[in-house]
Amino acid sequence: MSEPADILFRQAGARGEAVLDTLVIGAGHSGLAVSRLLAARGIRHVVLERGEVADAWRKRRWDSLRLLTPNKLTRLPGFAYAGDDPDGFMRVADLVALLEEYARGAPVVTRAEVTAVRRDGDAWCVASTRGTWRARTVVLASGAAALPCVPSFASRVPADVAQLTPLDYRSPEQVAPGGVLVVGASATGLQFADELVRAGREVTLAVGEHVRMPRHYRGLDIVEWLVRAGISDERYDDIDDINRGRDLPSPQLVGDRTRPILDLNSLTDAGVTIAGRLMGVRDGVALFSGGLRNACALADLKLRRLLDAIDASAVNGPALPAAERFEPTRVPAKPPLALSLGDARTVTKSGPGTGTTSVSTIIWATGYRPDFSWLDAPVFDRKGRLVHDGGIVAAPGLYVMGLPLMRRRKSSFIFGAEDDARDITAHLADFLARTSGRKSATATRVSVWASSRPYGRSYGRCAKPA
Amino acid sequence: MSSTAVAVNNGVNVEALLGAREALTAAPEAAKFVWRAHSTWQDGTHTETSVKKFFGLGGEQSHRQEFVYDTDHPEIFASEDKGSTPVEMVLVGLAGCLSAGIAAVAQNRGIQLHSVTATLEAPMDIQGILGIDADVRNGFDAITVDYRIDADASEEDIRALVAQSQKRSAVFDIITNPTDVHVRVNA
Repeated sequence: MSEPADILFRQAGARGEAVLDTLVIGAGHSGLAVSRLLAARGIRHVVLERGEVADAWRKRRWDSLRLLTPNKLTRLPGFAYAGDDPDGFMRVADLVALLEEYARGAPVVTRAEVTAVRRDGDAWCVASTRGTWRARTVVLASGAAALPCVPSFASRVPADVAQLTPLDYRSPEQVAPGGVLVVGASATGLQFADELVRAGREVTLAVGEHVRMPRHYRGLDIVEWLVRAGISDERYDDIDDINRGRDLPSPQLVGDRTRPILDLNSLTDAGVTIAGRLMGVRDGVALFSGGLRNACALADLKLRRLLDAIDASAVNGPALPAAERFEPTRVPAKPPLALSLGDARTVTKSGPGTGTTSVSTIIWATGYRPDFSWLDAPVFDRKGRLVHDGGIVAAPGLYVMGLPLMRRRKSSFIFGAEDDARDITAHLADFLARTSGRKSATATRVSVWASSRPYGRSYGRCAKPA
Repeated sequence: MSSTAVAVNNGVNVEALLGAREALTAAPEAAKFVWRAHSTWQDGTHTETSVKKFFGLGGEQSHRQEFVYDTDHPEIFASEDKGSTPVEMVLVGLAGCLSAGIAAVAQNRGIQLHSVTATLEAPMDIQGILGIDADVRNGFDAITVDYRIDADASEEDIRALVAQSQKRSAVFDIITNPTDVHVRVNA
């Protein structure tokens, strides 16, 4: 337990206050941003972290990963990048160091894994591996990328084919000899395909709906353009189909200024075979959609629309390099419709296979989802998604942070956390003020303050679940 | 985009479609449809297939009338050519689906259509169905759809219409993606 949290415990215990104002779950950039703003408002809170600060960044990211945003845009409440490489892109280790420094003084309780969150009277009861806590408000900041999304037909992949997700892929050296099928054309999928083909592997990339974006455009980084043109600030409640927006894969970017564009064309040139969306696995054969051309046409159209919007935003600005348009995506004349998996080398008549090496590894770059399995509250829709209005969850005093397009297009970027955290903490502070009349009536005294369990100082006592 | 001064009319009731989308989002069970066809072999390669009833919006539904289709093979296959080939019917379905989608998307985007025509081509090596060469598949090698569209819109917007129509097309999905097919024999 960090010292400030411990002090906060003692102070609160001495005052006999059983209920925290706020409990934040997760000490990544979102949770820490919220904590910084709560502290500024004098809101008594604790941040529970299952591992160390920036845990997922330490343990569940691939070696070559760099942030998709240039350093100069990286900011958090009370922090702005002031280093000597404003146009560079942070490595994961740099970000971990940054967040470690940023967390200094924050009331973070580390190695406290949350096991249950439920409503208990007028407060939330949070059970963790380091005691039970009560808080009037809870901010879920445990991350949008807690679990990989893998299609159900993955279970039909032959047993001799290794399957990896972005949470356990590290580098090409880790991948067994043989062909590799990378599924998904997000930033993640393209980066994997790129480094695998450069490492001499035979790579097929399955491509569904995707977001094509150049690294540089008219002399600026594309993320700078998204900010300048107001696109990164577009609000969730101004977007026509918010579910579609939230499901979009990440833009095809890599944090490398020597690569003007990482797209399907550059991968084709590097030797990657482009196939349609992976639709299923039958008799040891991966089956791809025949809709690849349209998926690429849609991405090309959307890229042109984005560049039109950027150009329009630049009309009255300073002189810039001329507008440019990128080559349409080159789709192979006969995209593969089937690919043998493992040693089976099944001959199929449903379409041409690819390559000479059978696939020995599949990497599912098919997206992530948050893990709220410990949240016991009626706040999920029929597909199991958390129901929230711009981060305000449909339960009193419950908030979420860090989900894609949560309040703005930039919500999934680190620099996007600040505005979201300000909105959320303002709403939360207002909620605390509105409900403070009931606080004294419902607060119970700390009853398990010095327990024999390790870290067993429980913060209040919770009702048994119904 | 739909706030154009002149009312666009492609004969598609987009308000009804958008209303249905909203209603079915709230009541997803009603969105479960079942399409049906009933066929009777006539003679030779000639089969007659009719459609009338289907299930949707939580109950049995019916077309205003029964539609009957003849499928057969042309005379060069030593058949009597009493209808289109079944593979041509697949092209009929694709053309109908994509064109309906183009009209609906155009209406929603405030684009007036004047004409939408398409020519579909599907090369097929019949060594597959004749069992001559095991490496040749039975079905189409590929399908090409060539649209000619006259509309009050830029070429870019027309391309976007056609792309969006493919994205939302049932028949495009059925043709491009695997479907589990159960063919059963009932005594």
